[in-house]
Amino acid sequence: MAHQSTLIADDIEAYLKAHEVKSLLRFLTCGSVDDGKSTLIGRLLYDSKMIFEDQMAALEADSKRIGTQGGEIDFALLVDGLAAEREQGITIDVAYRFFSTDRRKFIVADTPGHEQYTRNMVTGASTADAAVILIDARKGVLTQSRRHSYLVNLLGIRHVVLAINKMDLVDWSEDRFKEIVAEYRAFADQIGIREFTAIPMSALRGDNITEPSARLAWYKGPPLLRWLEEAPLEDDLREKPFRMPVQWVNRPDLDFRGFSGFVAAGSVRPGDRLKVLPSGRESTVARIVTMDGDLPRAVAGQSITLTLKDEIDVSRGDILAAADAPPGVADQFETTLVWFDDEPMIPGRPYLMKLGARTVSARVNEPKYKINVNTLEHLAATRLELNEIGVCNLTLDAAIAFDPYVETKDLGGFILIDRLSNRTVGAGMLHFALRRSQNIHWQALDVDKPARSGQKGQKARVVWLTGLSGAGKSTIANLLEKRLYAAGRHTYLLDGDNVRHGLNKDLGFTEEDRVENIRRVAEVSRLMVDAGLIVLVSFISPFRSERAMARGLLNEGEFIEVFIDTPLLEAEKRDVKGLYKKARAGELKNFTGIDSPYEAPEQPEIRIDTTLLSAEEAAERIFAALAE
Amino acid sequence: MNVSLITQPQPKASEVASLDRAMLTHLQRLEAESIQIMREVVSECERPVMLYSVGKDSAVMLHLAAKAFYPSKPPFPLLHVDTTWKFKAMYEMRERMAKQLGFELLVYQNPDALARGINPFDHGSATHTDIWKTEGLKQALDKYGFGAAFGGARRDEEKSRAKERIFSFRSAQHRWDPKNQRPELWRLYNTRINKGESIRVFPISNWTELDIWQYIHLENIPIVPLYFSAERPVVERDGTLIMVDDDRMPLRDGETPMMKSVRFRTLGCYPLTGAVESTADTLPRIIQEMLLTTTSERQGRMIDHDQAASMEKKKQEGYF
Repeated sequence: MAHQSTLIADDIEAYLKAHEVKSLLRFLTCGSVDDGKSTLIGRLLYDSKMIFEDQMAALEADSKRIGTQGGEIDFALLVDGLAAEREQGITIDVAYRFFSTDRRKFIVADTPGHEQYTRNMVTGASTADAAVILIDARKGVLTQSRRHSYLVNLLGIRHVVLAINKMDLVDWSEDRFKEIVAEYRAFADQIGIREFTAIPMSALRGDNITEPSARLAWYKGPPLLRWLEEAPLEDDLREKPFRMPVQWVNRPDLDFRGFSGFVAAGSVRPGDRLKVLPSGRESTVARIVTMDGDLPRAVAGQSITLTLKDEIDVSRGDILAAADAPPGVADQFETTLVWFDDEPMIPGRPYLMKLGARTVSARVNEPKYKINVNTLEHLAATRLELNEIGVCNLTLDAAIAFDPYVETKDLGGFILIDRLSNRTVGAGMLHFALRRSQNIHWQALDVDKPARSGQKGQKARVVWLTGLSGAGKSTIANLLEKRLYAAGRHTYLLDGDNVRHGLNKDLGFTEEDRVENIRRVAEVSRLMVDAGLIVLVSFISPFRSERAMARGLLNEGEFIEVFIDTPLLEAEKRDVKGLYKKARAGELKNFTGIDSPYEAPEQPEIRIDTTLLSAEEAAERIFAALAE
Repeated sequence: MNVSLITQPQPKASEVASLDRAMLTHLQRLEAESIQIMREVVSECERPVMLYSVGKDSAVMLHLAAKAFYPSKPPFPLLHVDTTWKFKAMYEMRERMAKQLGFELLVYQNPDALARGINPFDHGSATHTDIWKTEGLKQALDKYGFGAAFGGARRDEEKSRAKERIFSFRSAQHRWDPKNQRPELWRLYNTRINKGESIRVFPISNWTELDIWQYIHLENIPIVPLYFSAERPVVERDGTLIMVDDDRMPLRDGETPMMKSVRFRTLGCYPLTGAVESTADTLPRIIQEMLLTTTSERQGRMIDHDQAASMEKKKQEGYF
């Protein structure tokens, strides 16, 4: 184990030669707060001599000062990083640790065990080749252990160690060990973990970590470190059909056009036939170019640059794939989604989805169900909250090339990004496509939008009036439509109240329903713009992201956002419909401005301050702006 | 006659086949990951820049960048936030490398520090570092409006860095908020920022000190000669060997520079960088010394000693 000090001292060249060919294993440790996870990692670092004398001195001092081992060395202190959590005595984030033996280099993702940090565990698991799940031998398989196992399996980690720790506290009992293994096996079968290796150990005492332990002589399997050194890597990833998302088009001059990316699966040689997805065009690999000369072959896990024999259109986000076994192309999927954000997932709200090197707009449908990861029960849900996991359909605004996550992680794993906060709000795994969009072509019509609006001599667009209830939207919209009509324009006015009596009468005022309300209105507006009309929309539309979605449905310049800016105090004073009074009295729930937020536009095309302008002046100003 | 042709015959076909099945080595996997990160930044971020400190980690970063974009030149400039107190050999190396690899080189010196003559002797290491480096870096990033800056920090260097993401988000004031970092799954990085915000990107996060040295050795990457042992003029001050690199260094009473066989494990401002006595004058011997040694890398750098978790604090203030 560890580094052979004698070889280092006697023949460093031989040592280096041997170590140049070491492989790399990334693994994840997960366990409940008190399972001894930090102690285990500290022990691995210590036993593989990755701790220097100065760190050791600091560790001894810290152990005496704040250690939990009564002055003995507290290995956990080696791995607890941030000052805040050192005080709390818990790990709050994913930390990466490094150690190596003569056979392998290891990257350990140390992830926290407590409930509210599912997101960190999923993050750590996404890049791990193997997982070590800690169990306290005294406590057996806890709810937390089930949760961790479920997530490990969900993220597709196939090499799992059940590290039954603290065997010193159960008198090194084989019976206790067998009891826990039997209990865990039943659970593993239930969630679909086919194989796991159970290892009894004591991280604190160092038993069965690097060397077989005499106190655990009844156990005949490998100690933890040997298992980690021998765990198979990457499995059959290289045997799969070739896949490479194009990250960057390499174009130093007119004579060279290369496609750079990370090989996600399979291998490639010059002469191989490739297909570009989603376009479906084909060509043949000409060269695999590197700074050290061309390669005869490249495999999964390498970053490469390819050139093709034909000049075909390839851009960032496309997938280069084996022509005889290409991935699917679709725009609707069933997925498992893990939610990371304090703000819940709202069905229908457009998020950005990043998969491979492609970013598209995606809407999540209402969850089919969410999963209680402690009991594996399927529960009904209308949204997903922080750290919840659900099965949801996803609809994209463009078709993408994909593989199911279980086939190729890089072509089936995605993140969702909030358009406004830019936070990574969720991550998911594609199961399968709901329909193949290559079978549904957009119907190209001869009479199109320019033809229809041209016939009316106008520019089709949406004038979107947003503002608080009572701000004056409807009044201004009504005056504006009269003004446009008088000028010979062909218009239509969509009013919030009116639409809610018909098209949207099935919707209430929860956040989800409000999102759906706006989505429908936006889609109707788009159709009307396509019909060549000038559409006036008068809706409170309180959320920025929904207005951004509506804008996204239209072409540049077709969406005119008008902010009818009336202070809440003023709107409440007017209270034309008596709604504020009811809301204040608690008779109306989710009322914008009272107990539901209004997110004012940041950069509207037009802002109308109703404390300065009359409704007539406001309509005239908008009319003038439209005429420009 | 080429000796290597005789001692290393061409591999047989069967050996090629077995090579084919071989797993990628740890260095190949690390290299591929770093290149993927660099390409992602260039594709998605506005105005990227590579921070260049002239040290060994920077040397590896430059090499990786050259590989990532070959045959194109790396599509971003190098930025050296200078303190005017680096070793002479580092300035020579800086000019040579930028030219050799075809990078545009930007050098920034905080004009305020320059005007006030900030130096480690009169102002102490903390003030010196804060004004030249921390403030200098912020000023430089603001001046050029860089949206993303590559840095050569590694997670194995220090405890708080073990939790640093590869993409680290900074507010418009360049502050790092450990509670508000984005999860990084698979190879997917969310690079979106609001106006004024910026990203620090650490492509060699997962490399260790040993990986860096092995890679430099394998790839023949040029490094500053100060890493190799040689006879150099040093004085022993507060238990640390300081090299007298130029005549700006005030000698204390009784101090006379003596010639010693020394080298540097880490490079910074010469008055703040401790030398170690050593005879390691080749890369294998440096690696050998590193593996047998008993003190961690950053001990030669005085910035870490100020207080517990000081790196974390500095990071929150905008230092890397």
